[in-house]
Amino acid sequence: MTAETYEVDARETVIDVHHLTKSFGGRKVVDDVSMSVKKGRIHGFLGPNGSGKTTTIRMLCGLLTPDSGDGTCLGFDILTESDRIRRRVGYMTQKFSLYQDLSIRENLEFVARVYGLSDPRGKASAAIERLGLKGREKQLAGELSGGWKQRLALGACILPEPALLLLDEPTAGVDPKARRDFWNEIHALAADGLSVLVSTHYMDEAERCHEIAYIAYGKLLAEGTVDEVIAGTGLVTFTVSGPDVHHLQTELENRPGIDMIAPFGTSLHVAGRDAAALEQAVAPYREKPGLKWEKGEPTLEDAFIDLMRRSEDNFK
Amino acid sequence: MTPGPGSMNGNGNGGSFGRFWAMTVKEFIQMTRDRITLATMVMLPIMQLFLFGFAINTTPHNLPTAVLMRENSDVGRSILAALKNTDFFEVRSVITRAEDMDALLQSGEALFVIEIPDGFERSLRRGDSPSLLVAADATDPVAASSALGALSGIISTALENDREVAFTEPVKPAFQIVQHRRYNPAGSSTLNIVPGLLGTILTMTLLIFTALSVTREVERGTMENLLSMPIKPLEIMLGKIAPYVLIGLIQALVIIGVGILVFRVPILGDPVSLAAATSLFVVTNLSIGYTFSTIAANQLQAMQMAMMFFLPNILLSGFMFPFAGMPDWAQWIGEALPLTHYIRIVRAVMLKGASIETLAYDTLALAGLMAVAMLIAVRRFRRTLD
Repeated sequence: MTAETYEVDARETVIDVHHLTKSFGGRKVVDDVSMSVKKGRIHGFLGPNGSGKTTTIRMLCGLLTPDSGDGTCLGFDILTESDRIRRRVGYMTQKFSLYQDLSIRENLEFVARVYGLSDPRGKASAAIERLGLKGREKQLAGELSGGWKQRLALGACILPEPALLLLDEPTAGVDPKARRDFWNEIHALAADGLSVLVSTHYMDEAERCHEIAYIAYGKLLAEGTVDEVIAGTGLVTFTVSGPDVHHLQTELENRPGIDMIAPFGTSLHVAGRDAAALEQAVAPYREKPGLKWEKGEPTLEDAFIDLMRRSEDNFK
Repeated sequence: MTPGPGSMNGNGNGGSFGRFWAMTVKEFIQMTRDRITLATMVMLPIMQLFLFGFAINTTPHNLPTAVLMRENSDVGRSILAALKNTDFFEVRSVITRAEDMDALLQSGEALFVIEIPDGFERSLRRGDSPSLLVAADATDPVAASSALGALSGIISTALENDREVAFTEPVKPAFQIVQHRRYNPAGSSTLNIVPGLLGTILTMTLLIFTALSVTREVERGTMENLLSMPIKPLEIMLGKIAPYVLIGLIQALVIIGVGILVFRVPILGDPVSLAAATSLFVVTNLSIGYTFSTIAANQLQAMQMAMMFFLPNILLSGFMFPFAGMPDWAQWIGEALPLTHYIRIVRAVMLKGASIETLAYDTLALAGLMAVAMLIAVRRFRRTLD
């Protein structure tokens, strides 16, 4: 995997899908989702549980057939060329899905053989070394801790040198140190030209992506860089800190002009899409003693909570 | 396509063979990791062989019998003595009242009650050809009929030896039937059962091994990963079947070995024919088990399907009951079961010295069943999670 073979070209699109729709038992799990991911970019995929992230990822790598919609993955048709996509895409499932009763080495050699790599033994050895698992290669995969399982799964994913990684909540249940190491690795891979689509619940992880897409109730609600997504919500935000912000929250809730309100530790984020209306709504409380009001930039989390609220309203 | 030097490595870029080999190696390792299953695979055939081989005997012995003596005569005592001398019947009680007869039969204390009627000896001496009543508990027809067959022989011998009775010259029958029990002159049921057991045990164990193979991947969550890899249904199937072919052949070897050493079952025919037919049978069963695995949603369902298939195999294949005695429709079902054909082949090769060429129909039938199972499995196997 050298810089020459994977020249970063911002114009080249690795995922380009349109109007993907998928229903299970009459319920639309993914509804008219279009998405594009550029080469060498890390594309974050966010959304609440059950919003259709996993289903979308599975449609991209040929594990699910969309009811309607079309598109390409690495230039291959997702409907008719899934065999060629399989060969070039590394898919890391949400649940650890390597063989728990095989050792680390046996798992890696299995992957190497299935992908038809030359010298599967050597490839597995190199991967073990890269993962820092030397000396533990005979350990059963099922005996590894969550963090090591996740590293092994990633190691197995990138073993056949894919051009695109699809990672489905790879850091769920992993400690912060392991998460940081994982993301450093992802960035190193992207710098080498690998494209990544990664779903996550963590805001800090979303902020480490080049671009993000937000999906709720099967619908893609926002896509772009972090700044674009925040700007797209058009939110104006106040941060209030003080001794009894919880009480304040119940008072402010449902006042016209306030679209989103959320506690952050000892402070409260109060946001609205109409700046004037927001000012008017909070005006009676601005002079209250003990409360410190600050006009701030909305965070990505503010944006997501707002997006989720709005989509909830649409589905009520 | 060649495995190349150090073939355990596979030889990179092995294409279809390389992927099949990857699957085989993986399945083989997983199989050896599961110690309990592995031990079962070896112990089960031996255990079953000993159990069935020693326990099943269609020629019954020591059947509990009662004699209802309506008269106290020499002839009656002769018959009683003759019955006591055979090991067919065990005379448990001698009764004099007819009411006791029903009670004994109903309670199962006696399977046979032989009634010597009042005035039997006198009628016999007069040459009246009197009747002897034999009441048998015929709930088990096999046991009843073979014992009833033996009974008339025992009694006439007893009466012939009784000089006082046999004052009349026995009438010679118009013709004689000379029996020639070929292939199993002693009529030993073990000789018939061991080859049948070979097929039955193989069916039972092999079906289950592969019936679990796909559903296990689904239940453990590894299927999603496997499906996202560039491996094709045929490669997965063959890779999952291959390690168990080895196990099946080892089992067959164990069963045949014990059959020869312990039960003195001969192999009169060509061992190569036997090996070829056994290999074919092993692969056929593994394919059928695998087919179940592609249809079932979980391991429990797969097990149940395997059992559903196993039962008719035992009952309709000619292993337990004579194939020719079944009605046509049952015979047709039997023809569709691999065990039927395999039992015919094995009995013919081991006991009758036949070779596989003379058994072309059964061999082709096995191959056909295998092909059908594989075709269904490959077509049923879903490459997506839809």
